[in-house]
Amino acid sequence: MSGLVIDDVSMTFELPDGGKVEALKNINLDINEGELMSVLGPSGCGKTTLLNILAGFLAPTGGKVALAGNHVTGPSSERGMVFQQGALFEWMNVSKNIGFGPSMAGVDQGTINAKVNELLGIVGLQDFGEKMIYELSGGMQQRVALARCLANDPDVILMDEPLGALDALTREKMQSLVLDIWKETGKTIILITHSVEEALLLGERLLVMAPRPGRVHTEYRLPFAELGVGADLREVKQHADFGPKRDEILNMIWDMEEEIMGRTETA
Amino acid sequence: MGQEILDLLVSTFWMILGIAGIFAIYLAISAGCWFVHSLFTRNRAGTGYGSLKTVTFGDESSVVANRIASIAAVVAVFVLWGVATGSNLLPFTLPQPFTGDTQFEYTAVNPAGDTDTGMVFVRVHAFGEEGVEKPEGKDGGDGFAKDDIVVVAERRSKVLRVQNNDEGGKEDGFRVTHVNGQPISSDSPVTYSDATVEMTGKGSLFIKPDTGWTMEALYLPPPEQVWKRFWQLNAEGYQNVGLWENVFWSLIRVVVGFGLGCLFGIPLGFAMGLNSWMRGWFDPIVEFMRPVPPLALIPLVIIWFGIGEQGKISLLFLAALWIMTIAARAGVSGVNISKVHAAYSLGATKRQILSKVILPNSLPEIFTGARVAMGVCWGTVVAAELVAAEKGAGKMIIAASKFQLTDIVIVGIILIGIIGYMIDIMMRQAENFLVPWKGRG
Repeated sequence: MSGLVIDDVSMTFELPDGGKVEALKNINLDINEGELMSVLGPSGCGKTTLLNILAGFLAPTGGKVALAGNHVTGPSSERGMVFQQGALFEWMNVSKNIGFGPSMAGVDQGTINAKVNELLGIVGLQDFGEKMIYELSGGMQQRVALARCLANDPDVILMDEPLGALDALTREKMQSLVLDIWKETGKTIILITHSVEEALLLGERLLVMAPRPGRVHTEYRLPFAELGVGADLREVKQHADFGPKRDEILNMIWDMEEEIMGRTETA
Repeated sequence: MGQEILDLLVSTFWMILGIAGIFAIYLAISAGCWFVHSLFTRNRAGTGYGSLKTVTFGDESSVVANRIASIAAVVAVFVLWGVATGSNLLPFTLPQPFTGDTQFEYTAVNPAGDTDTGMVFVRVHAFGEEGVEKPEGKDGGDGFAKDDIVVVAERRSKVLRVQNNDEGGKEDGFRVTHVNGQPISSDSPVTYSDATVEMTGKGSLFIKPDTGWTMEALYLPPPEQVWKRFWQLNAEGYQNVGLWENVFWSLIRVVVGFGLGCLFGIPLGFAMGLNSWMRGWFDPIVEFMRPVPPLALIPLVIIWFGIGEQGKISLLFLAALWIMTIAARAGVSGVNISKVHAAYSLGATKRQILSKVILPNSLPEIFTGARVAMGVCWGTVVAAELVAAEKGAGKMIIAASKFQLTDIVIVGIILIGIIGYMIDIMMRQAENFLVPWKGRG
């Protein structure tokens, strides 16, 4: 068993006033190696908490997570993470950022340089190795973040709304890039997003989560990610099933939001 | 108590008027320069993007310091200084005090009722001039009222009993009635172009040469005198210590004290930012010591260490320590948690996170703290030297003030200001060079 197993994970936060919040309740998931899974849900459904537990930044209050049979107890280089923004090291240039993981592990400089050059090519930043982070646009910065994560050759890549802050055009290019990387490297990728379209495009598996308590609401298996590899994503969006699926999920999330609003009003 | 507070309020009121007056003069000069400047630039269209903005009032980014205004402002300060002190460099100044020779005539009446006139020859010399010769004049003259000769320094005055050398001048009923033909008594003085002559209760004349409007060099010497003094200090020093030796000693104390403050403050701040026990342990000390001004520690430091170098360096160390501690702590607290998470996910160890993520990430904060600490140290060293020191910029000016050498005091103040400004510029340059990513994260 080399996949990621989420076994009955619960997360309960205690509030300062003595109350309790069930951020996650009894989550059970088996994620196979090489799977591309997107996670969608209204705010407060615990998707970021789930990702932090998978990354090892938080210990769940119940259940456990195992990768390839090993119990996850803390962060490790086998589970790489791509953040929304602000996680790059602006005191280093692009190459140093990408080579950070290997150089921390003590890999020799020649190997690092070769790896960095290869990754710069993959993410389309061949001529930007010597640039400083603050000289790059938001989209380029996320390319660097992706390359930095890949440089460590992790088993699983966790993405916390990595494209959330990008403009629509850049976002579309980055979505293609994520698909290409997924296909080329065969990594397991778990991607959190706020965008229903993005979740449909970048998920073989799509998980819709519901809040209070945070739980898995519905799970889909979708063909769009496969279709999108190397193709024009706008054509994928024209697919006969795409529109209806999008509407279905939008309605589902809309209903959840309504329910939260209603509950808050009666409370 | 009530009276003291009333006095305070009254003097505050006069201060407000005085400050408003000075501001008004300075602003009026500024307005004048602005007007002249606008005459020259009126028909010249601006260039660049900024000149196309139609909304500038309220748009902070469109307000850029006008360097011509800055230069004009500095020139204006020097011109005002020169005008107020009667500088030789300027063609116009406030009316200067009278110097040179002047004379007036007095009319005396003897007990017999006869009147006669005598002259008083007055020589007014520059203040501090020695070996002044008496003016030529006859100590005598015809009649019973004899001429008198008097020497007085500028802005000073002299009481002269003109009767003393007059025939019968010591008899009762002999008195002076007129000066320059105008009647004089103890409550109606006579003023003429060069001086004012008053009469004392006993009938002597009180001669006050015109004091002019300019400030006395004791209070504010003219710029050229300060400039001359600067070169003299540069060449000879003061009280056997060279000018630059004084400055050097002040600087070396600042560098050593600040260095020690960084050496201990930065690790302390890191410890406080990274460990709950350390934060709790040092929090009360840091929070208590931070608001204590270093100057308040001077007496204690002198009691403990005496007036030698150790005391001053300890003081500067304490001045820099808390600032650097708090800056380093803030730097650690300011690390975006995503960066730390990312580094852990990339396999970094705690030690690597400290040296490769937390340290560089807190450098901008540390530099901001260092700039503040350098400023505080520079101010503190001068103050500490004012209290007790053998060498140093502060020592030089306090020693000079005891001999009323105001020009040395002003040379010292200007140097202290310039050096403080240069330190800040150097720190900013170092910051731009070492942490170019500041504010761009």
